[in-house]
Amino acid sequence: MYKVYHRIEQIAGNVITVNAAGVSYRELAEVTSAEGVSLAQVIRLEGKRVFLQVFAGSRGIGTDARVRFLGHPMQTSFSEALLGRVFTGSGRPRDNGPAIEENMVDIGGPSVNPAKRIIPRNMVRTGIPMIDVFNTLVESQKLPIFSVAGEPYNQVLARIALQAEVDVIILGGMGLKFDDYLFFRDTLEEAGALSRAVLFIHTAADPTVECLLVPDIALAVAEQFALNDKRVLVLLTDMTNFADALKEIAITMEQIPSNRGYPGDLYSQLAARYEKAVDFDTAGSITILAVTTMPGDDVTHPVPDNTGYITEGQFYLRNGRIEPFGSLSRLKQLVNKRTREDHRTIMNTMIQLYAGFKETLEKQSMGFRMSAWDNKLLKYGEMFERELMDLGVNIPLEEALDRGWRILADCFEPAETGMPSDLLEKFWPREARPQDAGEEGGEPPAGEAEAAEQPQKSENDSEKEQEKASQE
Amino acid sequence: MAKNVGRIVGVNGNLLTVEFDQPVIQNEVAYAVTGKVKLKSEVIRIRGRYAEMQVFEDTTGLKVGDPVEFSGELLSVELGPGLLAQIYDGLQNPLPELAERLGFFLQRGNYLPALDRSKKWSFTPLVEKGAVVTAGEALGKVPESIFDHYIMVPFSFPGRYTVESVAPPGDYTVEHEIAVLKDEHGHEHKVSMLQRWPVKRPIRAYAERLRPSEPLVTKIRIIDTLFPVARGGTYCIPGPFGAGKTVLQQITSRHAEIDIVVIAACGERAGEVVETLREFPELTDPRTGRSLMERTLIICNTSSMPVAAREASVYTAVTVAEYYRQMGRDVLLLADSTSRWAQALREVSGRLEEIPGEEAFPAYLESVIAAFYERGGVVRLKNGEHGSVTIGGTVSPAGGNFDEPVTQSTLKVVGAFHGLSRERSDARRYPAIHPLESWSKYTGVADPELVERARRVLRRGNEVYQMMKVVGEEGTPLEDFLVHLKAEYLDAVYLQQDAFDEVDGATSAERQQYVFRKIVKILETNMTFKDRDAARSFFHGLTQTTKDWNRAPMESEDFKQIEQKIEKMVAEVTSYV
Ligand SMILES: Nc1ncnc2c1ncn2[C@@H]1O[C@H](COP(=O)(O)OP(=O)(O)O)[C@@H](O)[C@H]1O
Ligand SMILES: [Mg+2]
Repeated sequence: MYKVYHRIEQIAGNVITVNAAGVSYRELAEVTSAEGVSLAQVIRLEGKRVFLQVFAGSRGIGTDARVRFLGHPMQTSFSEALLGRVFTGSGRPRDNGPAIEENMVDIGGPSVNPAKRIIPRNMVRTGIPMIDVFNTLVESQKLPIFSVAGEPYNQVLARIALQAEVDVIILGGMGLKFDDYLFFRDTLEEAGALSRAVLFIHTAADPTVECLLVPDIALAVAEQFALNDKRVLVLLTDMTNFADALKEIAITMEQIPSNRGYPGDLYSQLAARYEKAVDFDTAGSITILAVTTMPGDDVTHPVPDNTGYITEGQFYLRNGRIEPFGSLSRLKQLVNKRTREDHRTIMNTMIQLYAGFKETLEKQSMGFRMSAWDNKLLKYGEMFERELMDLGVNIPLEEALDRGWRILADCFEPAETGMPSDLLEKFWPREARPQDAGEEGGEPPAGEAEAAEQPQKSENDSEKEQEKASQE
Repeated sequence: MAKNVGRIVGVNGNLLTVEFDQPVIQNEVAYAVTGKVKLKSEVIRIRGRYAEMQVFEDTTGLKVGDPVEFSGELLSVELGPGLLAQIYDGLQNPLPELAERLGFFLQRGNYLPALDRSKKWSFTPLVEKGAVVTAGEALGKVPESIFDHYIMVPFSFPGRYTVESVAPPGDYTVEHEIAVLKDEHGHEHKVSMLQRWPVKRPIRAYAERLRPSEPLVTKIRIIDTLFPVARGGTYCIPGPFGAGKTVLQQITSRHAEIDIVVIAACGERAGEVVETLREFPELTDPRTGRSLMERTLIICNTSSMPVAAREASVYTAVTVAEYYRQMGRDVLLLADSTSRWAQALREVSGRLEEIPGEEAFPAYLESVIAAFYERGGVVRLKNGEHGSVTIGGTVSPAGGNFDEPVTQSTLKVVGAFHGLSRERSDARRYPAIHPLESWSKYTGVADPELVERARRVLRRGNEVYQMMKVVGEEGTPLEDFLVHLKAEYLDAVYLQQDAFDEVDGATSAERQQYVFRKIVKILETNMTFKDRDAARSFFHGLTQTTKDWNRAPMESEDFKQIEQKIEKMVAEVTSYV
């Protein structure tokens, strides 16, 4: 029923041009060539000329390829039948299962009316103390993991997905290594979570253009589940690959790059996806956890930089740990007042002391004299890293808080922590005394500790302010 | 009048090329028609028979040959009673009403009147038949939330008019005729409470512009004392992500001593607007005892809403601000973030294939930014009263580096610069305004001479701190170390402020003057300590006590007692030479 066009006027990058009439902007077409059939999408109209971005890439497309317009924009099916299945970025099955074509919905739909959003209120438990205690993840939050290549970010994603109490998990893989795809699939399967998951996978070997479709298709499906009262967790890895695919198209289309080759609308493009995270007034929610690898470990690189401006915080993954500094959950204060009364105090106190530890490390490396207080901090920092920061630690929030108290009690006198006395009264472990006091430096005499402790205390003040701030 | 209809010949993202036959106007509004949906757009360039238009909506489905209906009108907003407490999108569509009609999503092509057409306002005439009036002068008034809302001669009316008739006191809708005015040629013009104004044109129906001279008290100490903002002035807040730009604007919108706050949420997170719009109705404005929402107006075009409307949103906001200024109000416009608006300009400029400037921003970026901030100002109205628009914009520089076109263009035109620093926000020193790099050209609430002396302490303290990083504490003479401690003290007890403490969160001008004087005196007191540890220990205690002081209400007994305690502490270490 749709007219077929036979003459390709121009092929550049993954964009082909045909002369055609009656074609609408963003319409889909089927391009048939010796390479097979690929979907393509209209990305510009110029008089008779129609520019199409070919999902499978332009390699092997002849000037006599056939183009058939389909009369609708990119769509995806939405039904329960998607659960447990794996698809490509353009929605084709990649698991030998049947194609699903019922109940098609447009992808990349309009944004949610801000008046229909509510203030998020539920914590998402992950079992990772660096998240649960220090940068609590909140239902409907959009949050990336900033990471250097080589860090176990996909493992972290998978772990959170399995631990989180959500109804549906949607994985959008972009430029994923095939092994990583299998890792996700097998991990979900082993945990029995595959049946409540949908996977949209673009691997590094697949055509670039399909990479661009992954977030939209994943989020369109997520949105439908959320509208059906489901709590959905969307995992997107790696958004830097998505941004790079955008860059590639922009360059093909001869757009003027704004920053290191990325198009000027990178911010809007990323925001259009991340802002799909939502807690609906009277329906379900979408939480987005993404990975943004930082080229050259540079947080000012356009991709992490633009992302940071859009998302509600970020987790820094470095040396196999989620760093307390730089990591931020902008929504944590919405939930951590209702977890346990000592949550905020533990969060602030331990981070402030850890900051003191870092300063001490610096002083140590410069050869300055270590005071008794410095030695306490050194011990504390080591315990903190081993018992709470290590990603191998997998304990519920409450246990992590208890562990926090024990570490503090092992290293400090109650007053040295600057915590409010009512909490100390209630939570400070009574019998706790340092077990390993004989270690390097040993216990400093109390007097010396007190003098050296002063700067620490003043830091604790700003903490208390912080804490108070968060309590509003 | 025959409809002026063109047709689409090109679609590139949200940019259309449209062929037309009858005259079109630059910045004219037109509607691209696809099926039953009409998409609002604006002419942004005309070349020969072709107009280029930016569409304020998603352009999916548009075809070459689709009709485009030109409206003959510039992009305008509706002005009249009922704007306050509203939540609009960038094109002034009321979002709650849209939600009521369309549900969760902002479906394209739906436009609702900004002002309620059925609501009645209680009108009192202020002129009589025969009076001679000009644009901007009041014809009557209606009560709107906390104010009298003046119904003015439309700003677009040139010359002098004689009042032919004016409605008697009574309840009328915004479209009801409330006066008939006769112009100098004897033509009669009907006037209602509703007028339209093109957003990109400043409203100038006033007697003269004045220099901003009075401080706008934000109750944020580091601002009011060190880097003040003037009523009718302009300022900017650049900072990397997470440094506290939005929080700073949120607390300003709560505490500022101002009649009306217009919030332009421009291209940032929707969630942040949700906090304001869900919380403000519950909060009380201490100045009026009414809900904060009643003095607030939100223009909300967040990051996933259409980009072209993002550009319009800051103009919509400033036009509404100017409108209330014409009634003699002091209005504060807070735009978060102006960078997103600049990026919207960049996106369009790119599609127009204009020759790019630095970082691909258009070459005219600087003049556009300048023209926007120029709309701030204090004016003397025709009735002798004063009104003002103060503009504060956040800037989100790429990579947190202030050396970029938007920050630099903004710095050239604003009167104050509140630069947020990553180090300060990392150290949780909020508000993270950098005390050495920021500046203001306005006069604040404190004695300028004292302020200069405090600045000196901060500068010297920083020098010592830098040196100390190299030579360590042991290598720093006690005297220098003291300067460092004093600078830290000033920072901790005055520059830093617990935004959410009931008392500390908002410091009145009077209290700032009082406390600042005291603190500068302490900074300038000669002190003796036996060693560095003793000095540090003393300042720790002093900081603690001064912070307690900050949390005590000024009129309380506590306030006096803590003050005495501070004096006593200082006296104990004072060296009398
Ligand atoms: N004045 C403040 N007091 C306490 N916390 C703050 C303050 N300013 C910022 N923060 C913290 O920093 C986070 C980011 O602040 P925000 O204003 O959203 O940054 P930006 O708009 O610059 O990206 C907030 O969620 C809050 O946790
Ligand atoms: Mg912000």
